Amino acid sequence: MRERVFLVGGAVLLAIVLTACAPRAPTEIKIGLNAELTGSIPVVGASCKNAAEMAVEEVNAAGGLEVGGKKYKVTLLVEDNEDKAESAAAAAQKLNTAGVLLMIGPNASRNAIPASEVAESNKMPMISPWSTNPKTTLDPKTGQPKKYVFRAAFIDDFQGQVAAKFAITELKTKRPAVLYDVASEYNKGIAEIYKKTLEENGIQVVAFETYTTGDKDFSAQLTKIKEAGADTLFLPNYYSEVPLQVQQAHKLGFKGIIFGSDSWGNLELITLCGKDCEGLFFTTHYATDIATPKAQQFIKAYEAKYGKTPDDVAALTYDSFGLAFQAIKAAGKLDREAIRNALASITEYEGVTGVMQFKGTGDPIKSAVIIQIREGKFRFHSVAKP
Amino acid sequence: MQFIVQQVLNALQVGSVYALIALGYTMVYGILTMINFAHGDIFMVSTYIAFFVATLLLGLFASLPPLFIFAVTIVVAMFGTTVLAVAIERFAYKPLRKAPRISAVITALGVGLFLENFTLATIGPEPRFLPRLLPVVNVTVGGVTFSTIQITIILVSVLVMFLLDTIVQRTMVGMAMRAVSWDKFTASLMGVPVDRIISLTFALGAVMAAIGGTLYGMAYTIDPYMGIRIGWWAFISAVVGGIGNIRGAMIGGYILGAVEIFTPVLLASTYRDFVAFSILLLLLIFRPTGILGRPMIQKV
Repeated sequence: MRERVFLVGGAVLLAIVLTACAPRAPTEIKIGLNAELTGSIPVVGASCKNAAEMAVEEVNAAGGLEVGGKKYKVTLLVEDNEDKAESAAAAAQKLNTAGVLLMIGPNASRNAIPASEVAESNKMPMISPWSTNPKTTLDPKTGQPKKYVFRAAFIDDFQGQVAAKFAITELKTKRPAVLYDVASEYNKGIAEIYKKTLEENGIQVVAFETYTTGDKDFSAQLTKIKEAGADTLFLPNYYSEVPLQVQQAHKLGFKGIIFGSDSWGNLELITLCGKDCEGLFFTTHYATDIATPKAQQFIKAYEAKYGKTPDDVAALTYDSFGLAFQAIKAAGKLDREAIRNALASITEYEGVTGVMQFKGTGDPIKSAVIIQIREGKFRFHSVAKP
Repeated sequence: MQFIVQQVLNALQVGSVYALIALGYTMVYGILTMINFAHGDIFMVSTYIAFFVATLLLGLFASLPPLFIFAVTIVVAMFGTTVLAVAIERFAYKPLRKAPRISAVITALGVGLFLENFTLATIGPEPRFLPRLLPVVNVTVGGVTFSTIQITIILVSVLVMFLLDTIVQRTMVGMAMRAVSWDKFTASLMGVPVDRIISLTFALGAVMAAIGGTLYGMAYTIDPYMGIRIGWWAFISAVVGGIGNIRGAMIGGYILGAVEIFTPVLLASTYRDFVAFSILLLLLIFRPTGILGRPMIQKV
């Protein structure tokens, strides 16, 4: 009995000594993944984990990551945050204790925000692939950007800018109109930025109409929009409401071009809308038939490995790892502070979801994808640069 | 000018649906002095009946003329909704007829919740459209654009309301209904089958709701919670017109339709409920009987 205790104790001691030694002469790079593997959005977590494992395997297959003239293997530590705010923070804490160089995830903003607090206070770089809420990268107390928190997706406001640029350059709008849900933060934010950006470019919005979540009759507002002589109509609204708005606009004889934001990106839209949505546009993160070789390569490899088409979470997770690898290489040493600085000063990274750049904040400057609905499918139309 | 005409057309379309549903509230109140808060949800169920019948018929007999399918759909929806409404009356309200009135109102709210959640659990929350049964053609006359659906909704509603008014004012059954609404006890002494007349009233309300529901489903998406807001607005319509009064409910429906359309034109869409409920409050203060309602004489 006593011998066994001694043996176990010795083993534990040895383990402590070994792990304590590890940071001094690291032979591998540890990256943490904080994902929603269980809970209400397990599909998001599964896509995230798949893409993460693929990214790590690819870099290891190439012999590892070269940092300061030496090649290191990358190990992935996966933690489930159960899609709960407190578990997301706990998972971040656990990954920090395990000594990861940086953390990828969580995806949903409700998890990313609490996890980002842990990352920030522990000076651990974090990249959220999918979170679009501005608060993820913004310190609520000071209003300043968080130093260690980054993301791969663009924020909601940004879509307003992209949509405005698209309306000006491609649709050549002279008399734009907007109809949006004033009771929803997402819709309201995008609509207001859209209006502001157009006005900065000298174009006045001729009708800026609102409705409230759950409304089904938009004829009053749409008649006003038609009366104002609008040539385009921007609908940054959810896919369940857009078909009604489009159909009612057509029934009232509106002839202009209608377009929207990434909240259109659900195939239910086409089921409900039918022919009325044919030819319409919306902005989003990524398209499966996007033309760049990098994206095509990723989509092919993902399909071969997992037997399904990668969604936007998978693409953004893959890009988060790409950003991380590029920053680690640029840093030249396995040091969190150096990696954070390298991330913040990435001037060009070509990812699956477009070319990205960081300028002092954790929010990337990147292009968006414009999708057109053609023959009842979402088709890649063009890339919109900010 | 075109702008105003267009908006008036929009208001007539919305108002027609409110008027049809308001009739269900007002008739039941007239006869039982009870507010059937489940009526908005009965309307919701009627749209789902229409949805399933239309989808089924289109799937089985695609070669039939759509107009015929539309006619069958509306008749089946009327029948199904009638069965539901009469069953609700028989099993949920009738046992409480001698109980305090508040019990019946709370039961009605409960029945409404039951219908909403039953639909949610069995069919799901996704919004749906009824299949296209009427040809959708846009007609532009002098700068005013209206669709065939809009015209159908307005014309069918007006026709149906005219029929109902004739039934109530000019037939024996209508006379019996009016007699029961005046004095249930005396009416039964005069040989009026009170229970059957009450069932008939629920049935007529359900028929109105089903016609409204089928037409509504042609123009808007349907979902399990749609009956709540429409039900409230129809209820306000009935009170504004003078609850218990059939012509009042029709007028109230169109007034609320005008509120729905002209509030966003003049103020903003966010003021809609504010304006609607303000009208309700002002009316309750200054003319509690509504526009056409007669003051209730206290019977001693």
